[in-house]
Amino acid sequence: MAGMTIVQKILARATGRPSVAVGDVVEPAVDLAMSHENAALVLNQFLDVYKGTGLEPRIWDPSKVALIFDHRVPAESSKTATNQKKVREFAGAQGVTKFHDIRGDEGGICHQVLVEFGYARPGQVIVGTDSHTTTHGAMGAFAFGIGATEMAGVWALGSIFNVEVPATIKVVVNGTMPAHVLPKDLVLYMVGKLTAEGANFKVIEFHGEAIRKMPVSGRLVLCNMSVEAGATAGIVPCDEETLRYLRDEAGVADRLAPVLPDADAVYDQVVEIDAATLAPQIACPHTVDNVKPVTDVAGKGIHQIVIGSCTNGRLDDLEIAAGILRGRKIARGVRMIVFPASWRIYRAAMKQGILTDLMDAGAVIMNPGCGCCLGIHQGALGDNEVALSTTNRNFKGRMGNPKSEVYLCSPAVAAASALTGVITDPRQ
Amino acid sequence: MPKVVLKLGNDISTDHIYPGRFMATVLPTETPAFAFADFEFNARLKAGQVPNGSVIVADNNFGCGSSREQAASCLKGYELTIVAKGFARIFLQNSCNLGLSTVICQGIEASEGDEVEVGATEVVNKTTGKSFPITPLPPARQAIIDAGGLIAYTRKRVLQKHGVTAA
Repeated sequence: MAGMTIVQKILARATGRPSVAVGDVVEPAVDLAMSHENAALVLNQFLDVYKGTGLEPRIWDPSKVALIFDHRVPAESSKTATNQKKVREFAGAQGVTKFHDIRGDEGGICHQVLVEFGYARPGQVIVGTDSHTTTHGAMGAFAFGIGATEMAGVWALGSIFNVEVPATIKVVVNGTMPAHVLPKDLVLYMVGKLTAEGANFKVIEFHGEAIRKMPVSGRLVLCNMSVEAGATAGIVPCDEETLRYLRDEAGVADRLAPVLPDADAVYDQVVEIDAATLAPQIACPHTVDNVKPVTDVAGKGIHQIVIGSCTNGRLDDLEIAAGILRGRKIARGVRMIVFPASWRIYRAAMKQGILTDLMDAGAVIMNPGCGCCLGIHQGALGDNEVALSTTNRNFKGRMGNPKSEVYLCSPAVAAASALTGVITDPRQ
Repeated sequence: MPKVVLKLGNDISTDHIYPGRFMATVLPTETPAFAFADFEFNARLKAGQVPNGSVIVADNNFGCGSSREQAASCLKGYELTIVAKGFARIFLQNSCNLGLSTVICQGIEASEGDEVEVGATEVVNKTTGKSFPITPLPPARQAIIDAGGLIAYTRKRVLQKHGVTAA
């Protein structure tokens, strides 16, 4: 019998079967079920499920549910505040322990909190009512986005219905990334190559020496943006670096049960990338797969720079930006907004002087959250304005204004461009 | 006969269908007000100029991006049918779960204003006289539709589980 991909093996474990084949319809047990503010909608659907049954709505296992406020924090409207209040009360009543409220000691963007607190672990099945749940594949988990009504079913029964075992694209990245070329450049290049639907209904499994040498922070970027190629999930098989991160940074002392792909696993497609040949990349409006080398659009004027989000708001991202901006000034006419991915990162950046460096250059430091990335609040664009952002999407209207444009890039490109006021190659 | 009320291209994102800033609105009764909120089509919807059962035709990867279920519920509110060359995974799941009619039709050719008949196996463009085969939905999705949607399916499963426990 042919070997299995990592996701096949995780699904076999989670369904108690010796093996599963691509295309099988399975109902895996869920190890972690995450929602953010849209838990308000999940709650609505959850209560609807129980309507007329005479049963009391109970979460199947409150220790496996994570609820994290990040999309609209602090609340931008009374409507949001009321939604958050309902979810907060529900979390309390159900005994949800992985509840991260709007707090400077343990809050942050859901996809950062899940890894920082050691909730996301190798071999798990993780579902989230957020498309960037793919991020947690960086920990060697099968992690994917679902809708709110699907999550209501998970809350009720602890399994996810009607999952088709996905085919897997193996992406092999060898070679050493050149200076000023970052994981964001690699994933933008990959999305451009695969296209926005190239991995639809499929998983991307990352291999190669460039991945093995990449810290968890970079792997999170790759898995986070795998969904921009349409992928159900991105996944990096667990290795020493994964275990180091969990032990040393996330404080996980428990015994782990990593799952690895078989050597003779069958892949739908194999894509090889030589990291040494990569240049800084940029995704141009209005699709994430409209990717070009930065040099192709160098000189384009910009109005707002955003550094942050679940994609590139980690400490190393802020360090790279501060390294470029330290002792210098952001060009007049350009505003830079920085959203660290969590309060832990915010505090570390504060202690290391990174936030001061960024502020001295002219950047505005915001609280951790998602608001700016998807045009909810904080950092909307004016008509005909252009943003250069380290976030993950540039669809028309993404940052709150369909008459604006969003370009996506690495923190190095963003910071280098902040100094000049035009899109700039950081290698210059 | 239903008409094509909107013709769209590739990669229509959920930001396009239901902008992020309206995500605090969650109830399926309230989301339709913000369908295509940043585009002229929203005014036509709200003015009652789009009859129930009308058809949106799109190319590949319709509904890509965010998992927000509002993108499906807002269209379901007008009982629209989406005929596309392809759908993004989460949007397709959300649509089947909520009962929004999604039809995969890889060869579809239609313009705004065309009269179209969406059958079980083909879409017939009555205006041009051409017909286009439908690709069946994945069985795992069709099963949810056949169960009357995901709420009904989940309710049944919850009752089954409870029955087993009580026995």
